[in-house]
Amino acid sequence: MIQSDTITKELDVYAIRQQFPALNRQVKGQPLVYFDNAATTQKPQVVIDALVDYYTNYNANVHRGIHTLAEEATAAFEASRDAARQFINAGSREEIIFTRGTTEGINLVAYTWGRKNIKAGDEIIITEMEHHSNIVPWQLLCEEKGATLKMIPQQDGVLLLDEYKKLLSSRTKLVSVVHVSNALGTVNPVEEIIKLAHQAGALVMVDGAQSSVHLDIDVQAMDCDFFAFSSHKVYGPTGIGVLYGKKQLLEAMPPFQGGGEMIKEVTLEKTTYADLPYKFEAGTPNIGDAVVLKTALEFVSKIGKEKIRNHETELLAYATEQLVQLPGVRVIGSAAHKVSVASFVIDKVHPQDIGILLDNRGIAVRTGHHCAQPLMHCFGIPGTIRASLAMYNTKEEVDKLIVGLEKALKMLL
Amino acid sequence: MSDQKTIQEIENEIVEEFSLFDSWDDKYEYIIDLGKKLPVLEDKHKLDENKVRGCQSTVWLVADSVDGKVIFKADSDAVIVKGLISMLIRVLSGHTPDEIIQANLGFIQKIGMTTHLAQTRSNGLLAMVKQMKNFALAYKIKNTMSHGERSAETKSN
Repeated sequence: MIQSDTITKELDVYAIRQQFPALNRQVKGQPLVYFDNAATTQKPQVVIDALVDYYTNYNANVHRGIHTLAEEATAAFEASRDAARQFINAGSREEIIFTRGTTEGINLVAYTWGRKNIKAGDEIIITEMEHHSNIVPWQLLCEEKGATLKMIPQQDGVLLLDEYKKLLSSRTKLVSVVHVSNALGTVNPVEEIIKLAHQAGALVMVDGAQSSVHLDIDVQAMDCDFFAFSSHKVYGPTGIGVLYGKKQLLEAMPPFQGGGEMIKEVTLEKTTYADLPYKFEAGTPNIGDAVVLKTALEFVSKIGKEKIRNHETELLAYATEQLVQLPGVRVIGSAAHKVSVASFVIDKVHPQDIGILLDNRGIAVRTGHHCAQPLMHCFGIPGTIRASLAMYNTKEEVDKLIVGLEKALKMLL
Repeated sequence: MSDQKTIQEIENEIVEEFSLFDSWDDKYEYIIDLGKKLPVLEDKHKLDENKVRGCQSTVWLVADSVDGKVIFKADSDAVIVKGLISMLIRVLSGHTPDEIIQANLGFIQKIGMTTHLAQTRSNGLLAMVKQMKNFALAYKIKNTMSHGERSAETKSN
């Protein structure tokens, strides 16, 4: 009995690996070790097959066609919306808007909700560990409206909530916060951040680009007002993502782009807009990738996020333990609650040199500022070496990383 | 006749040197060694305006014109990039603006370093080559103009 429990709780990483064809390839004559999963994940065969199946068998434009293919495509497209609703436990399918990805989701909120609601003297709060995609849209908005952008400071990769409380006031209209830091892996206490913001009368947008693949997302329990994530970081295709918004907020927001799909009736004098969620989906959507998002989300849910998380947490601990034993290695960010991201620097060595030499051994890591320059600035470093782990990574691969680093250091120092 | 080697001759030399290496590790070890040996750029040149944009690492590049030839000096905080710059300097520095502008730099591909030429933000070799050619072009224009001024003066005399 105990044994069977263990089996169900443990992920069979070797069986999982077989489902990802890209992991079989060689890079520079060596088997690929892919540790750039926070940038994008590799795709399982079911996702690749589903994309081929869509274009092979039922490619058609959605929603208005009366023929069979259009009906099939529409049904699949809308089924994927339902799958996304379920994945983040939104209250209704009207609250699920298809976007190109997290970046577009944030921009949509800044452009429509922001332009309508933000006025001169208002304040928007973000954090020091934001990705540029959760900084720049708000900078643009604040510049246009004469509003002020403020940042919750962090220390060693942990947000300083006391400082956040001091920033909140009646001027605060929105708090937009990253759920999980892409550069460090820190899991931020969004529930508390949201509660405090709501007490101050502000809305909260959560950037779920990094969290949605690792954590169980329940937007209703979290009580966020907006939540955005990208398919390609959840083992799905690129170019498709989801914006969740509370229904009453979405209903009051003006449209994002004008065009087909988003209208009810158009005359030269006046246009009435379509109901949610179509009001925000102008033009022919990215149907193929949207359809396949369902396959990816179901793939993850079927394996189980808890099982995946256990595997990744164990792997991160294993990697961290070995990394800190290498001379000069300093892990950046010491948050207790982290997802499987090891971000580190090495004394007297530029991250780029490490990245090049690891690639030479078929090991893919990310080096640089990770589109989070304000955060790097806080740490006083130009960038880090980031190994971000996924469900299909193994301890043997971590060993290869360590050997790769040892060899690189021998060459560089 | 000058006994100075042409850009093409230097490129050929580098290709030949690299042909002796059996493995990528050997190639990179050599490039790292070149990087370590490249003279350090004086701090007075390490200014924002001398930074080459488009590199993940910081690269400073300065140029001077001596007797109609362009002399390059450069530095970087990443050693592999420094090694690559060192090769570019060896090939291009000390030649006339026209020679530099026309250089095709085929050696980069021949020694297998094309990946560093890719149009991405993560590596700056392409940005460096562009910047070196821009300097050469600027000196060419400057030389033509001062030459033009001189001829104008001669005429008025």
